[in-house]
Amino acid sequence: MVLDCRHVWDQISNYIDGTVPQEFRDAVEEHLAHCRHCAAVLDSTRNILVLIADERTFEIPVGYSDRLHARLQEAIAAGD
Amino acid sequence: MSAQPERTSSQASLSSAERDARLIARILAGDRELFHELVRPYETAVYTAAYAILQNEHDAEDAAQEAMLKALKSLPNFRAEAKFSTWLISIVINEARGRLRHARVLKIESLDAAAVDEEGAPVPAVISDWREVPSQALERKELRELLRSAIAGLPEIYRETILLRDVQEFSIAEAAAALGVGEGVVKTRLLRARLMLQKILAPQLRSKRSGLFGLFRSKAGGSWF
Repeated sequence: MVLDCRHVWDQISNYIDGTVPQEFRDAVEEHLAHCRHCAAVLDSTRNILVLIADERTFEIPVGYSDRLHARLQEAIAAGD
Repeated sequence: MSAQPERTSSQASLSSAERDARLIARILAGDRELFHELVRPYETAVYTAAYAILQNEHDAEDAAQEAMLKALKSLPNFRAEAKFSTWLISIVINEARGRLRHARVLKIESLDAAAVDEEGAPVPAVISDWREVPSQALERKELRELLRSAIAGLPEIYRETILLRDVQEFSIAEAAAALGVGEGVVKTRLLRARLMLQKILAPQLRSKRSGLFGLFRSKAGGSWF
């Protein structure tokens, strides 16, 4: 199986998630070994996903948990 | 995120499901105080799901609280064939979407975006090389804001999908259940969302290498670019 760049881009998300068939995976890796552009697209996409998954990227407001449980306690106590 | 629904370990999944089932049974039997314990592992996910849709801290917290109250009230209706965390997230997604509609700020993007779902993936930013941005660079506020801004700029359906899958680390199946769509739709939206982010962020991150972020030095003393 020979892939062009567009094929790789179309499946890059499934490739990252490991949900492509082995034959396709092998073909992607063969392509990546010779295509620095697709390798850079894959590396940058993976890197960006790691960064957005970091807990520092989406901060929870200070006191959120306390306010939430105080509100829940009111409802529990009121029998709501 | 510190509180994430489990995704990969079947053992962890089983124990989490058992934990939730036991707590729910006791809550429904009258020990309502245990609701705090039931939802504590998921409260961060609930907030983040609300934030993904509303893009505003105050509104997101309000929606998260309201969703939790609705979950408390609706707990007798919970059916164990779904995971509790997925059920809870679907409640907050509906709550947040409802608020958007109520505020009449719902962009006419859902239908448009759904239509283009059937088309091919967007073209990524084609670059010739990539030098990894280490996670420690997130100590810089500028980088965090750059990432948040890029996600905020995605259409809602892509924003909520990537937040559930890549930030909250839901499985494809869990994200599909929470969003009320099929797994194929989640995969398609995920591809588009990820490539959109790459297209927006990769050139910016590269261009920052000798500018703003270039000032950053790791603890080891080297630049992260």
